[in-house]
Amino acid sequence: MTEVARKPRRFPLSTAIPLALLLLFVFLSIAGPWLWGTDAETSNVAVADQGISSAHWMGTDDLGRDVLARTLVATRSSLVLAVLATIVGGCAGVALGLLSAVSRRLGRLIDGAIGLLLAFPALLLAIFFAVLFGIGSVGSVLAVGAAFAPGFARITQTLTASVISKEYVEASRVLGKRPLYLTFRHILPNIGEPVILYSTIHIGTAVLALSGLSFLGLGVQPPSYDWGRLLNEGLTRIYTNPGVGIAPSIAIVLAGLTFNMVGERLSDILGGRTAAPPKLPSKQRGLDPAPARAETTGTTGELVEVRNLRVVYHTVDGVTTPVRDVSFSIAPGEKVGIVGESGSGKSMTASAVARLIDTPGRVEARTLRFLDADLLGHGTEVDRHLGRNMSVVFQDPGEALNPAIKIGTHLVEPSVIHQREPKPAARRKAIKALGSVAISDPARRFRQHQHELSGGMKQRVCIAIGLMGEARLIIADEPTTALDVTVQRQILRLINDIGEMTGAGLLFISHDIAVVSELCDRILVMYAGFVVEEARTADVFTSPAHPYTAMLLAASPDMDTDKSRQLPTIDGRMPGPGVDLPGCYFAARCPRADVTCTESAPPLRTLAEGHRVACWHPLTGAGAAGDDELTGVEAKI
Amino acid sequence: MANLSVENLRVRYGAATVVRGVSFDVADGSVVGLVGESGSGKTTVARAVVGLAGSSGAIRIGETDLNACSARQARRVRRKVQLVFQDSRSSLDPRFTVEQCVLEGIDRSEFRRRADASRRVAELLEMVSLDPGLARSRPGNLSGGQRQRVAIARALAARPDVLIADEVTASLDVSVQAVVINLLRELQAELGLTMVFISHNFALVRYMCDDLAVLFNGRIVEHGSVDEVISAPEHPYTRSLLAAIPEVGRRRLLSDSAAEATAIGDRPAVGGCDYRLRCPVGPVAHADREICRTDDPVTEAGGRLHQAGCHFAHRKDGAGVPA
Amino acid sequence: MSAQLAGEPDAGSPAGPAAGAATGRGVGQWAFFVGRKLLRLVVSLLILVTATFIMVHLIPGDPVLAALGDQATPQLIALRRHELGLDLSLPAQYFHYLQGVVTGDFGRSIVTDAPVSQLLATKFPNTLGLAIPAFVLVVLIALPDGLLTAIRTRGGRGRVTRTLFVNITGLLNSIPDYVLATLLSLIFVVAIKAFPAAGNGTAASYVLPVAALVVGPAASLSRIVRVEALKVLDAEYIRAAKARRLPTLLRYWRHVLPNMLTASLTFGGMILAGLIAGTVLVENVFGWPGVGTVIAQAVIQKDYPLIQGILLVLGATVLILNMIVDFVLGVLDPRSRMGAH
Repeated sequence: MTEVARKPRRFPLSTAIPLALLLLFVFLSIAGPWLWGTDAETSNVAVADQGISSAHWMGTDDLGRDVLARTLVATRSSLVLAVLATIVGGCAGVALGLLSAVSRRLGRLIDGAIGLLLAFPALLLAIFFAVLFGIGSVGSVLAVGAAFAPGFARITQTLTASVISKEYVEASRVLGKRPLYLTFRHILPNIGEPVILYSTIHIGTAVLALSGLSFLGLGVQPPSYDWGRLLNEGLTRIYTNPGVGIAPSIAIVLAGLTFNMVGERLSDILGGRTAAPPKLPSKQRGLDPAPARAETTGTTGELVEVRNLRVVYHTVDGVTTPVRDVSFSIAPGEKVGIVGESGSGKSMTASAVARLIDTPGRVEARTLRFLDADLLGHGTEVDRHLGRNMSVVFQDPGEALNPAIKIGTHLVEPSVIHQREPKPAARRKAIKALGSVAISDPARRFRQHQHELSGGMKQRVCIAIGLMGEARLIIADEPTTALDVTVQRQILRLINDIGEMTGAGLLFISHDIAVVSELCDRILVMYAGFVVEEARTADVFTSPAHPYTAMLLAASPDMDTDKSRQLPTIDGRMPGPGVDLPGCYFAARCPRADVTCTESAPPLRTLAEGHRVACWHPLTGAGAAGDDELTGVEAKI
Repeated sequence: MANLSVENLRVRYGAATVVRGVSFDVADGSVVGLVGESGSGKTTVARAVVGLAGSSGAIRIGETDLNACSARQARRVRRKVQLVFQDSRSSLDPRFTVEQCVLEGIDRSEFRRRADASRRVAELLEMVSLDPGLARSRPGNLSGGQRQRVAIARALAARPDVLIADEVTASLDVSVQAVVINLLRELQAELGLTMVFISHNFALVRYMCDDLAVLFNGRIVEHGSVDEVISAPEHPYTRSLLAAIPEVGRRRLLSDSAAEATAIGDRPAVGGCDYRLRCPVGPVAHADREICRTDDPVTEAGGRLHQAGCHFAHRKDGAGVPA
Repeated sequence: MSAQLAGEPDAGSPAGPAAGAATGRGVGQWAFFVGRKLLRLVVSLLILVTATFIMVHLIPGDPVLAALGDQATPQLIALRRHELGLDLSLPAQYFHYLQGVVTGDFGRSIVTDAPVSQLLATKFPNTLGLAIPAFVLVVLIALPDGLLTAIRTRGGRGRVTRTLFVNITGLLNSIPDYVLATLLSLIFVVAIKAFPAAGNGTAASYVLPVAALVVGPAASLSRIVRVEALKVLDAEYIRAAKARRLPTLLRYWRHVLPNMLTASLTFGGMILAGLIAGTVLVENVFGWPGVGTVIAQAVIQKDYPLIQGILLVLGATVLILNMIVDFVLGVLDPRSRMGAH
């Protein structure tokens, strides 16, 4: 609960309600017997078995004792027993779980036992243990504790196993640390939080389970009583006085609910603490809402046209803009590559072109066009068009193929739907497509599942899917990053061959400028959501204009790098998607930056035919000379 | 300082033997690179050397064979071999501060007072060019490059003789990769570390290393000085790896196909040469090369000679007679 | 290292011979899978039988004395001890017990002297008669509910729906079946008099007990289904399916649903097992003539043969259910057949 205390200003209802209820129950268990003890325990036969009245809100029982008072007093016994049962189960379970995760020989045995016990419902176990430990408070606490132990053991085991396999534990072992040190310094602190959460929720479950045992008559024995016992005693009399059933029922439900809510809220708060990104200012520069359509008319004939693309995410934590301003076009059959480091917005750009940005993300652009379809519009017609003419290849082929359906289905489905092809024809076409991406025995592969194929094979399948339609554009988002170099080479060739064969254009995304330069005609370099440079492939490495491009080229050693010299580096980090800067986003890391750079954003200007750069002080080209020419170039745009 | 010598190392995971007799020497103060595809066993070799994977064969640090000495001695000597992991996100405990992380590597018996140990931590942080002011922050608040430097500082805290760097830059962006690579080179030269540098990136290995061992299917198929192996690769596998490296402005990946056979399988073959199903000079391309199906060309000998485990290694076109 | 450990099964191996090997291996794999599961069931049943046997011997004091009370004559006690075989050596007793269980003889009740097997034969079908319809309803409610909510709340949208769903299912999940049963009986039997109070005579008498059993598990299963569905909806292959512009319904039906069945079914099995135990309490509220009403009484009366018999039958049912779930999973998901255990 310390977390709640630490944030006094943010006290939403979702925190306040469970907290208030928890405090109420704590208060009742402390003060209940003291406040209502006499009402609850003094028999008065004169008022026995009375219904709900103003004197007795929940009526009286067979001895004339006030039911409400008895319910309130029973809070202490019910909750104390529940907490005790949770502690018993928690301690036994955590110990067993740790033991089975740490010790190899005992581990298998305990693991088997836990597995078997978990198969049985907790109530069945509790009845078994209640028989063993005897009827009564002590027996039922031990019984419920024992019934909970397997669950605790399993969660401890799972958590411990995940911590133990973490590399920081391995690093500790390499440093010669002993198991006891590892357990107390690394494992327990890292599993503590979830185990405590699990315990909190389990106090609620323990209330229900103990009341259940008492309800069956196996728990607390008279003259003691808890909620379950009250319900048990009341059940026969609910016809005369419903209060004897209602009061303990409400108490049980409320207690269960409270601990559940407290646990969930705690886990939200704790989870949020570790996962939430830092809060960032949400003010964003907008695009001037200029009339959009007018500009698009002059540029027909392009396969893809993107003007002033922005991708914005509106989340609870504020607004982020992973893509800030991107403009480019792809001619039919042209191969265009986008290069950038992580966070540059390259994949988002590809997703926007593929129309795969999902809420809460939003795509804004002056123009976003593929062939004659406006990608900003809606409608199934656009989808059919894209399904037929655009193919997307993802980074991890293992993730991109559905594990539950056959390889063949992936190929047949789009063909049947978008081209209305009969199934047998689509099937023949699919097997042919698999064959043309050099998959051996395509008819057999057609019937297999993805886990039966190697990584390279899976990526071939993903490419083959694109062959089912009349793909005019292939979007490949880091398609070789998860693959070995030799396989990467095969896949790159395949993509190239397919482009050549079908005449499709290519939008190829990669963090590796070398990979892109092997394949593409033109390269876009992205940084912090902007295209900072665009050039023909040959120009990018012979005369990079943006200092960032130059750095990207120099920082990665190649097979000719001088071994006696250090690799050039640039300090600092790329501004995140939530940062809003007035000037150039690279200025803080740039050796050439001056006041202009930090104050005003450089537009993407043409340096030479097909070579554009967003920099006030480019390394090459017309703009390198001075400010006069810069303004001249700008005026032309 | 000491040299590292590995002889006939074997590692089994369940029924599978993933390292099948690997031998190599790393001379005192030199850097040996291990390259190979994923699944070639390079990371397992590293884990076996630092004791995270059970192994058979000899692992000698100086004079001590870690697989043949008493457990106590092994523990003491093992501290002298440190490993830096690929993913700095999971190699630092998220609950530790930077100082605690580095402190973990320090032998506390070296320092009488806690303050002395803290001073040593600050020294180490400076050594890896991290602001000692970061000592109180937690790994979650650092960038990938900063975290990797903390991991290096922790490894150095144990005053290792041998440092193993396992794909330390694989999850970093190129601009950060350069920082970490420069740092490792400086430290290696300054401290005279004996180093094993594991990477799938040939250019990085070339830049970092003196010697180079190429692993395929859990064995070293080619071994020699970096310059020799790269300028005159003998094993067809090495040649196909080198031919597959994309390079800015070369445009050869799409054209040159000499180093590649029409592979009929991704899996290693059983019996004979295990590379033969992918080999451009083996029986897939030349049906008469029966010896590749029957004889295993890989020998377990280590050393610094440039040698390759291939029947047709000495001729680039592979048209020669069996070696 | 995972890549090395996992290997790449049958990746690109030469076609001809491997194809034959694959089918051969498929059959062998199935036999191995079924055999392993059956062996597991037998071992689990043996442990269950042993546990119920040991239970009686772990209880402090003499079970016969405890059951018959202090007034019983020494002759009667000796007779009962003999009948129960308690005067034999422990291994002999165990052997007898095992023999009895295998032949369906669970001994006689200490209190009523009636054969336990006979009692179980009349009562247990009534318990199943509650649990099975309840389970069917749970699945019919939870699956669509969880899936639809997941679709409506994925990617941080539908915050109101999410809040409502989480809170309502949380509330329903916190009402234990016996409390709900009491409340239902208060409203529909006492106040409205719409349903019979006890017994299983008419179809109407099923309504309240089944309702009391369904609500909690349906709430918790739909939560699980929602979480699983959200995971699948976030998967890259669903994004890939979207990139192939497959129509929404087809995406959900053919790409999402099969992938969430594995986890949902596993939990479904646990919920069915829980329902069988849950009947114990609900039966007591509605005077349902199942094993639940018997077991509470038996525990209080310390009627150990009866307790043993009931626990054995309930336990065995749970174990067999688990195995059935495993088999169904094996059919649906080929990977679970190859998994370690």
